[in-house]
Amino acid sequence: MLWPPSDRRSTVDSTADAQLHEEEAGLLASLRAGDEKVFLSLVRRHQTSMIRVALLYVPTKAVAEEVVQEAWVGVLQGLEKFEGRSSLKSWIFRILTNCAMSRGGREARSKPFSALAEEPGEPLVDPSRFRGPESPHWEGHWAAPPQRWTDDQLAAHQTAQIARRAIEELPRGQRDVITLRDVEGWSSDETCEALGLTEANQRVLLHRARAKVRAVLEQQLKAEKR
Amino acid sequence: MTRTAPIELTCVELVALVTEYLEEALTPAERERFEHHLVYCVGCIEYLQQIRDAMKLAGAAKPAEVLTQEAEDKLLSMFRGLKK
Ligand SMILES: [Zn+2]
Repeated sequence: MLWPPSDRRSTVDSTADAQLHEEEAGLLASLRAGDEKVFLSLVRRHQTSMIRVALLYVPTKAVAEEVVQEAWVGVLQGLEKFEGRSSLKSWIFRILTNCAMSRGGREARSKPFSALAEEPGEPLVDPSRFRGPESPHWEGHWAAPPQRWTDDQLAAHQTAQIARRAIEELPRGQRDVITLRDVEGWSSDETCEALGLTEANQRVLLHRARAKVRAVLEQQLKAEKR
Repeated sequence: MTRTAPIELTCVELVALVTEYLEEALTPAERERFEHHLVYCVGCIEYLQQIRDAMKLAGAAKPAEVLTQEAEDKLLSMFRGLKK
């Protein structure tokens, strides 16, 4: 394992990043100067995400907290050497995932893309929802199309809980990708970097994950209406 | 007779491409076929909408984890120690 991780910037660099970089340069300078307020605000800003991401690799909140602490040690130790070629945030989270992986043991270290082989081509939408060869002009078109969810359903706390449970039940690679992308709101670049995935593999995992979460929601929201 | 319109997608095909569409990973031609299908297919419009709903719900499903005061204090004293 690389330690401390390099801060090599990934391929895509949007223009909106420029402003972010200025802000980060200021943050870095303050951290290096030992500004406690800045450090604390950074810790607080990222704590929720850091704990959740750590929980992808370790079993309990207590261990996740230790991992977060370890990660900050790594961040502070690497601070002088950090060159700002990746964003501060993605560098912090790369350190975090490295810490979490080494704490999580062998299983956590196995790369999530091994999960691609985990599930040989199971259909993501029940094939009986589509018309078959008995209707030659419409084969492959919806026979039982999805029904719109109501605003009340979408706003209900319970519905978000269904989504959360569905995510927890996913195979590991899918769960990790959807957690970073849709729960944490990370970009695909940040996600690929943190999980060591190629763009294409990440997309496959995301595709399966979202399709399954949708299917669970559909099933449970339908059951609820009865 | 020559064919002018591109071959239309089936719903099964659209469902398989939905993430590549949202990730803007389709070629311009593929994207056009995808969007063309959405012009007339209510089922697929709804499928795409539900994928978007599911993404939003995932974002709403965050458990708000916070560090204990103890952990935060430890970090702060470590930060102080490093700057000596
Ligand atoms: Zn369709």
